[in-house]
Amino acid sequence: MAVEDYIRQRFFPHLWCPGCGHGIVLNGLIRAVEKLGMSRNEIVMVSGIGCSSRISGYMDFHTLHTIHGRALAFATGVKLSKPELNVIVPMGDGDALSIGGNHFIHAARRNIDMTAIVMNNRIYGMTGGQYSPLTGPGMMATTAPYRNIDQGFDVVEMAKAAGATFVARTTTYHVTQMADIIREAVLHEGFSVVEIMSQCPTYFGRKNKLGSAVDMMKRMKEITTPIGSKKKAENPELIERGIFVQTDRPEYCSEYSQIIERAMGGK
Amino acid sequence: MGKQIKFIQGNEACVEGALYAGLDFFAGYPITPSTEIAEHLSARLPRKGGKFIQMEDEIASMCAIIGASLTGHKVLTATSGPGFSLKQEALGYAVMAEIPCVIVNVQRGGPSTGVPTHVSQGDVMQARWGTHGDHSIVCLTASNHQDVFAMTVEAFNIAETFRTPVVLLFDEVVGHMRERLEIPEPGEIPLVERLRTAVKGGVDYHPYLPREDGRLPMSDFGDVHRYNVTGLVHDMWGFPSDNPKIVYGLLRHIVDKIENNVERMAHYKTFYLEDAETVLVSFGSSARSALHIVESLRQRGQRIGLLELQTLWPFPKDVIRQYCNDAATTVVVEMNMGQVCQMVKSTVKHPERVFLANRIDGGFITPTDIKNILRLIKGKGV
Repeated sequence: MAVEDYIRQRFFPHLWCPGCGHGIVLNGLIRAVEKLGMSRNEIVMVSGIGCSSRISGYMDFHTLHTIHGRALAFATGVKLSKPELNVIVPMGDGDALSIGGNHFIHAARRNIDMTAIVMNNRIYGMTGGQYSPLTGPGMMATTAPYRNIDQGFDVVEMAKAAGATFVARTTTYHVTQMADIIREAVLHEGFSVVEIMSQCPTYFGRKNKLGSAVDMMKRMKEITTPIGSKKKAENPELIERGIFVQTDRPEYCSEYSQIIERAMGGK
Repeated sequence: MGKQIKFIQGNEACVEGALYAGLDFFAGYPITPSTEIAEHLSARLPRKGGKFIQMEDEIASMCAIIGASLTGHKVLTATSGPGFSLKQEALGYAVMAEIPCVIVNVQRGGPSTGVPTHVSQGDVMQARWGTHGDHSIVCLTASNHQDVFAMTVEAFNIAETFRTPVVLLFDEVVGHMRERLEIPEPGEIPLVERLRTAVKGGVDYHPYLPREDGRLPMSDFGDVHRYNVTGLVHDMWGFPSDNPKIVYGLLRHIVDKIENNVERMAHYKTFYLEDAETVLVSFGSSARSALHIVESLRQRGQRIGLLELQTLWPFPKDVIRQYCNDAATTVVVEMNMGQVCQMVKSTVKHPERVFLANRIDGGFITPTDIKNILRLIKGKGV
C-alpha cells in the first residue's frame, strides 16, 4: 500500500508549528507500518492530550484520542478485550511521564503487548511552553522564568526499571533508524517503549535560544551517539540511541488466556 | 430446572445482574464498600471467557472499560466515593464520546475518605454533576437484592440503547446486606444488545450521526470501519470541530437523548399511595425503613404511602408531581443533607409542604428515626 493510504489526507496540512518534530514522527510511523504490511483495520492508535496526541487523527487506523495522561489505560482496555489488535500509543513527554506516569510504569510492569512512543520535546507545547518532567534543570520555560530546578527523568532508564521488555531511543534527525526501531517495537511481543527526541522550536527552542528547527535537529545529531560507541566512551555526556532492551517475558494477554483456561476447569 | 436461589450480599447481586446482562469486561481498583464486586468478577468473568483486570488506580479502571467497550464488549467498573471522584473526568469522556458503560458507586460516608465502612447516600448530586460541563446522566438505584439485579440489567440495557454511561448508585447497607436473590431464567428479562452498523466496508460510515429514532449504530474497533473517537467536540465522523453549529448540535444531542426519554427510564415503585395524605419519597436502603414505617402507621389507620425512586437521573419529575402535588405532606427520606429533597421541592406545586427526614451520622436511618421526624413535622414532638 502507498504511504499516503495510511493517512487521512483531508486533515492536512496538520496543526503542528513549522519546524515541529512531530511531523517527522508521523513520517517514521507510517514507514514502519508500511514495511510491516499490516492492515489498517488491525491497528488501533490510542493517544492522550497535547501536540503529540493529535498524531492519531491524521492516521487512517482505528483512532482513540483520549484524555490527558491516560492513553495507556484506555489502550490496556482495548488490548486486553481484543488481543488480536495491534495497539500503538503515541504520547508527549508530559502526557506519558507526568500526568500519565503511573499508567506508564504499570503498563511496563504488566508487559502488555503494545507500543508506547514518547515524543519527547521536553516541553508542554499545546499550552504554550511550560516545563515538563523531561525539560531538565537549568532550562527556561514559561513556568520556569528563573530557570528550571526540576530534575528530569531518563525515559529509557525509567522504562527499563519498570519492566518494559523493549526499550529504545532515537531522534527526529535519525528518521531511518526511527522507522526501523518502531517496526521492531511493533513486532516485539510485550510492552515496548520508544523515546523519540523531537524538537519544539516554537517554545523550547525559542525560550532556550536554541536557534531554528534545523539548528535543533543538528544538535540532536551532535549530542547523541549509537549505543556503545567509542564516542560515548570518550564523552559520557552524549545520549545513546538504539535498542537498549529486547527481552522475552510473559506477556499479559497471553497470561490472561491461561487464567481463562484455569477458570474454565483446566489445570 | 428450578430457579436458582441465592442468599448473598447486594454487591454479589450486582455481579449476578451484570453477568446476566452479558458483561464480559471489568476493570477496577479495591475500595470499601464495593470491593466484593471486583473479587467476585475476578473469579466469574474468566469462567465465561470474559476479562477481569485490577488496574493501577481508579482513573485507569474507568479508562480501561471505555477502551474495552469500543472493541464491542459490555463493560463495568465499581467503586465508592473517593474512587467515583477520580473517575469523573473519564466519565465525562464517555458522555462526550457516547461510550456504553456502567459504573457502580456503592456509597459510603463522605466527603473525602469520610466513613468508609458506614452508609451514606451523599453522592446523588455528584452522580449528576460530578464531571464538568453541561451534560445529562442516567443514574439508577435499588433497595433490595432483587431490584439490584434488575436495575443492573437495566443499566446495561440503557447504556447500549442510548450509547451512554449509566451510574448504579447503591449504598453500603444494600451492598453488604445479605438476603435472598432469585436469579431469573435466561430470557426472562429482555437484554439489549449493541446496535452495530449495517453499513458495509468501503462505504462512508458516520459513527456520530443519529438515526431517525435517535440511536447511533456502532462499529467495533478492529472491524472494517476506521473512525476517530475523541473527547473534543466532534462532527459525525468523530473528528474534532469548533464550528458553533456542531458544538451546539452535539451538546443538544447528548442532553436531549437522555432528557427526551425520562419516561422510558423512570423506574419507581409505589406503596399505599392511592389515598395517601402523607407521601414518603425515598430510594436505596432508606426506602426499606420508609416502607416499614408506612406499613406500621397504616395499621394505626394513618393515610401514608411510599414512593420509592429507582431512577434518580434523569429526575422523574412527572412521577413526583403525580404522587406529591396533591399530598398534604411530602417527606423525603434519605441519608444525606437533602439532595433529593431539594429536587422534589423544585418539582412540586407546593414546596412548602415538602420536608426532609434524614440521618447523616453514618448510622442507618431506622423506622424509629423516621417516625420521630414525622412527629416533629406534624408538631407532635418526639
